[in-house]
Amino acid sequence: MCGIVGLLVKRPALRDSLGAWLSPMLICMGDRGPDSAGLAVFSDPVGDGRRRFSLYAGQVQVDWLQLEQSARRELGQSVEIHARHNHAVLTTSADVDRLRGWLAERYPSLHLLSVGRSIDLYKDTGHPRELADRYAFGRLSGTHAVGHTRMATESAVTPAHAHPFTAGEDFCLVHNGSLSNPNSIRRKLEKRGIRFETDNDTEAACRFLEWRMSEGDSLEAALEKGLVELDGFFTLLMATGDKLVLVRDAFACKPAVAAETDDYVAISSEFRSLAHLPGIRDAEIFEPGPERIYSWTVSPSLAG
Amino acid sequence: MDRVAESGRMTTRNPISPAAPAVSGPSRSESAPIDWDLARKAGGVRALNQWLHHDASRDGASTIRVLNPDGQHHIAAGLNAPLHVEIAGHAGYFVAGMNQQAEVVVQGNVGWSVAENMMSGIVRVKGCASECAGASGHGGLLVIEEDASSRCGISLKGLDIVVGGSVGHMSAFMAQAGTLVVCGDAAHGLGDSLYEAVIYVRGTIHGLGTDAREEPLGPTDIEKLTSLLGRAGFDYEPRTFKRIGSARSLYHWHIDSSDAY
Repeated sequence: MCGIVGLLVKRPALRDSLGAWLSPMLICMGDRGPDSAGLAVFSDPVGDGRRRFSLYAGQVQVDWLQLEQSARRELGQSVEIHARHNHAVLTTSADVDRLRGWLAERYPSLHLLSVGRSIDLYKDTGHPRELADRYAFGRLSGTHAVGHTRMATESAVTPAHAHPFTAGEDFCLVHNGSLSNPNSIRRKLEKRGIRFETDNDTEAACRFLEWRMSEGDSLEAALEKGLVELDGFFTLLMATGDKLVLVRDAFACKPAVAAETDDYVAISSEFRSLAHLPGIRDAEIFEPGPERIYSWTVSPSLAG
Repeated sequence: MDRVAESGRMTTRNPISPAAPAVSGPSRSESAPIDWDLARKAGGVRALNQWLHHDASRDGASTIRVLNPDGQHHIAAGLNAPLHVEIAGHAGYFVAGMNQQAEVVVQGNVGWSVAENMMSGIVRVKGCASECAGASGHGGLLVIEEDASSRCGISLKGLDIVVGGSVGHMSAFMAQAGTLVVCGDAAHGLGDSLYEAVIYVRGTIHGLGTDAREEPLGPTDIEKLTSLLGRAGFDYEPRTFKRIGSARSLYHWHIDSSDAY
């Protein structure tokens, strides 16, 4: 059992409420997944060829200021770091592969959680409440976010096995359920040179969809193929730079409920984690059907 | 009243307006209702249920309103007294499970397995129900005024269920006794591996399950439908429903299967 949550705000004035609304959703779903948790938040994309890199240091003490200064000096590019405890978001104009290589050489213990123009990602082991406090989820601002609370059923409880999973840029996925054929998907993708970081089943789904998008599919088209390729039980909630997308398998035995108002669309495993949202009594509340792709787009004025 | 069929969707396009009063069943007391506010009272749902199980009748309560249910689970589960419990909002999983004698009304949607294994009494959901509504129910009446999701009435054992809207896939799977009345549409796999329960569907059936078949509607069916629709508060013409029963071909081992062993 796991919990998934997602929230997309429809008006610029509500961006600052994103974390305050989403954080209680995530904490409430800690009942479904107390092992680990994670949250990916999307905000205004950075421009000028820059990228954001979410970094995770785990138990290792990292001097983030020193890292910022070293990166700036050695890469010869603009580098800014915003640290929260053992996570940091590094924004730079350096080339993505160059930065990856630099991090691997200079800070081999750091984990790169996400790359993109819009995405910041936090995940760790522990109860969602602890993570929400540690990383101040309640103060996050942005256009949309997805979160996950994990009760591990098929692979280890480590920060790397926590959700959201990412692949490529500005794409992440959370999953409630279990896949039956992650290894065959993995073998297919590895033959194409796609590298995996864990043995987790969800990572196979994430990399499969990102591979389809890298071949030119939209996320929705990738999911059509995913519904054929992925065998197992799943409610998948995904986000890209400007979208929140949900799909459930044919059996639809992993829960999902959506609530939509003029101000937001909110998704959760259970309604009780939405009960605190403003205007929820008048929201359109529905249970997403099986094998249907639900997609919500950030309004263009918000995409920046 | 036509409905927009959209498999799995819990909201309705046309609001249901039951033709008959929503309340019937156990005798109603004239005493003033007692409010139990889950947002204010200590002890949460567990304290509410313990009071309902052990003390409500002793305290002279017959009508209880549960305020701020906020989708919490197990509300009013395990009742065994002629109480009238009204839940003022959306409820979570297993609401009114194992119900005996009581009438429970939910003024909103419910999560998984509403009224699962109920034995008697009435459970009425004014909104939509998520999956496994009425699972394994032995007796009484469950009314879902809007849509019910997948596996509605799974393993039914004698309960009567009336759904004002549509039901999701695999509804009445392995249903052994009782009735499932669907005023809207039924998604695929309806009545798969059906035993002696009977299903009535007014709208479109998007695929019957194995061993389920359409059968002629007889006078006893009309009588049963008239009674159930009346009690549920829906003014539909019983003759517009299709009857689905078991072909009973899965009941017994078949001699043609002997080579399989």
